Amino acid sequence: MSHRFLTRTGVFVASLAVASVVVFGFLAVLPGDPARVALGVNATPEAVAQLQKEFGTDRPLFAQYLGWMRGLVVGDFGRSYVTREAIGPQVIDRLGVTLWLVGAAMVIALLVAVPAGTVMAVRHRRLSGLVLSAFSQLGIAVPAFLTGVLAVAFFAVRLDWLPSGGYTPPAEDPVEFVRQLVLPATALGLAQAAILARYVRSAVLDVLREDYLRTARAKGLTPTRALLRHGLRNAAIPVSTVLGLQLATLLVGAIVVERVFVIPGLGSLLLDGVANRDLLLVQGVVMVLVIAVLVVNYAVELLYAAIDPRLRGTR
Amino acid sequence: MGSIPRRAAILISVAALTLIPACSAGSRTTGQQSQDPDKVNSLEVGMIAEPASLDFTRNDGAAIPQALLVNVYEGLVKLDANGEIVPLLATKWQVSPDRRTYTFTLHKDVTFSDGKPFTAEDAAFSINRVKTDWTTSLKAGMDVVDTAEATSPTILTVKLKRPSNSWLFAMTTRIGAMFSRTGVAELATKPIGTGPYVLDRWTRGNALVLKANPRYWGRKPTVRTVTLRYFKDPTAMNNALRTGGIDVVSTVQTPETLSEFKDKSKYHIIEGTTNGEVVLSFNNSKAPLTDRRVRLALRYAIDRKAVLDTAWAGHGTLIGSMVPPTDPWYEDLSTRYPHDPAQAKRLLAAAGVPKLTLRLRIPNLPYAVAIAQVVKSQLAEVGVTAQIDVLEFPARWLDEVYTKADYDLSIIAHVEPRDITSWGNPTYYWRYDNKQVQDLLARADAGTPQQQVAAMKQVARTLSDDAAADWLFLFPNLMVARPQVKGLPTNVVSEAFDLTAVSVSTS
Repeated sequence: MSHRFLTRTGVFVASLAVASVVVFGFLAVLPGDPARVALGVNATPEAVAQLQKEFGTDRPLFAQYLGWMRGLVVGDFGRSYVTREAIGPQVIDRLGVTLWLVGAAMVIALLVAVPAGTVMAVRHRRLSGLVLSAFSQLGIAVPAFLTGVLAVAFFAVRLDWLPSGGYTPPAEDPVEFVRQLVLPATALGLAQAAILARYVRSAVLDVLREDYLRTARAKGLTPTRALLRHGLRNAAIPVSTVLGLQLATLLVGAIVVERVFVIPGLGSLLLDGVANRDLLLVQGVVMVLVIAVLVVNYAVELLYAAIDPRLRGTR
Repeated sequence: MGSIPRRAAILISVAALTLIPACSAGSRTTGQQSQDPDKVNSLEVGMIAEPASLDFTRNDGAAIPQALLVNVYEGLVKLDANGEIVPLLATKWQVSPDRRTYTFTLHKDVTFSDGKPFTAEDAAFSINRVKTDWTTSLKAGMDVVDTAEATSPTILTVKLKRPSNSWLFAMTTRIGAMFSRTGVAELATKPIGTGPYVLDRWTRGNALVLKANPRYWGRKPTVRTVTLRYFKDPTAMNNALRTGGIDVVSTVQTPETLSEFKDKSKYHIIEGTTNGEVVLSFNNSKAPLTDRRVRLALRYAIDRKAVLDTAWAGHGTLIGSMVPPTDPWYEDLSTRYPHDPAQAKRLLAAAGVPKLTLRLRIPNLPYAVAIAQVVKSQLAEVGVTAQIDVLEFPARWLDEVYTKADYDLSIIAHVEPRDITSWGNPTYYWRYDNKQVQDLLARADAGTPQQQVAAMKQVARTLSDDAAADWLFLFPNLMVARPQVKGLPTNVVSEAFDLTAVSVSTS
């Protein structure tokens, strides 16, 4: 058990604790009473007070926070103010949908960004590299939801190739599942691919200047084979860091893209929760997002060691 | 307030609206699946607001009765397309001369979807249960009931504490829904009613699927499966219709995009009325709005036709008071106080406030934001400065405007049926306390149907003349459907999205 591993784990746990306080604090100061919203416009003050008691929102904030944390530690997210159902299963259910979208987008981003970034680096002084560079700038500038809206207008409405939205679980109809996932995953993935390609480009450019690559060439490898055998693995370290950071962007982007494509994922659950002042639900969803991002960053840190043997056992 | 204010659309739809029409002219051949028997027997309807739960006895919100009332749950009576109360589970009813005892004769051979027979015992149980188990504020509609008893398996006798016409009307709404004595354990997920449809499945955040009830006592629906598919984004709903994902857009939220659907061979546009009065609310308890001359000046200052044209592309009805055309006491009052800026200025000068600043605190709903801009510029012409303050809906608007009445002017659609009665409540957010209106409403409730109509007409006229608010317009019922879909309700008169007459033809 290395020192490095222990430090990373400590930082991970501390980050979780701080995040929980921030999430709870922000929602606690949000105007609008959950009980009032749940009961609707004509509720009597007595009914509102009764429900506040039932929710526990009449208790001091600190007691509410402790109660919530106690549940979280054992995996109990509490019950929704609106539906009075357990939040955990709802979040897991929706997270499954969002993970398909984010996962597919990530794959698309990698499939596009790695070759494109490499070409941009190798041919950075030629026209093909410059054209790709320009495209990636454009990709960074255009947000995913706009790509989504345009993709629906063209590929769904105009050409009728793919559905304009919706979600079918893969177990129910795998073909429809894939057809419905293509446009949203591409819209989300392309925006990320554009950013990622820039990092791949600079990482590969750095690698190209390294001595070991020149040595590899001197041994008689072609430039492409030298890059594939010795270069890409080294370029992977900075790129995987960025990929980890991008997961947060992807999750946030998914919330908006889910709305454009009518996908019942975590994003739509979150937006409904905010509108209904279903604070416990919102806290639950945001915490799951925070945990997901922290876990990925933690995993990326640990992954460095796997990619780069030089980092193993060092401090 | 209900489904219409939930048209919460964000930035995306604004961006989308400017982009989509450019692509609408394509001459695509839709492979409309008209030969497919599944398409004839099934229907997919795009809806806006998804229910939070299926239990309207404990959850407020218009989306639950919209999906379930009349379709899954039935009452003893229902509202027909003309807004009249007609028999449903009751074959007939009699009212005693003192108008306090209602005797309902019930249909025989009606069963619930769980196989249990429907009897007068269940009817009495359902009515009594409103007082004991319901938690939403609407349960107050049953307060007037003294006793509800089964005098025989098919005769239900209801005694009221005082005569009340609004009670019989309330029986057409969700609180009149009939439940099985053994079928109320899991209302939030397993509704059991006597209606033509039963719940097949509900995938949260996506769709609610109804299928024909094989035990239905009445005329069985021709459409075997109805999917209510929920969309948060209006453009996504329009796109789903254009790509064959759904058959009906139940509410067009962006009337300016109707031109996308003008091809009659592919689409059928339905336009009728709703109960959604868009009200420019005045805080009647706040000076200088306590002065009738000031309120009247505001009414003269507003060009309602211009508001309708700008905010809702001219679709809708000008009303002039709190009554939609489908109510029995409707009169056209829309021309009573026409747009007259000069008269408005004279009235303001007479009231001693030629220059006036008012806070226009509105919900962040697209229609309210659009209307507020027009209202602001029209008020400016008569020397009234409106400070627009956009509040998040529902939470903040409910808290500050609705509960605390911390506002001068607001704009919101009141979509509940016959909500003119809330003008009799002095603590409602309008803070309108008029003894005459309260007396008239009480008289209307207690009188014969004829007396009711006469008194309600007077209420509507009094409100208009007293300038208790300005009624900007009535939301239209705008739907777009594939031409094969027939029997959709033209006017929204009740809380239910009535699917019972819908059919899908093969051509």
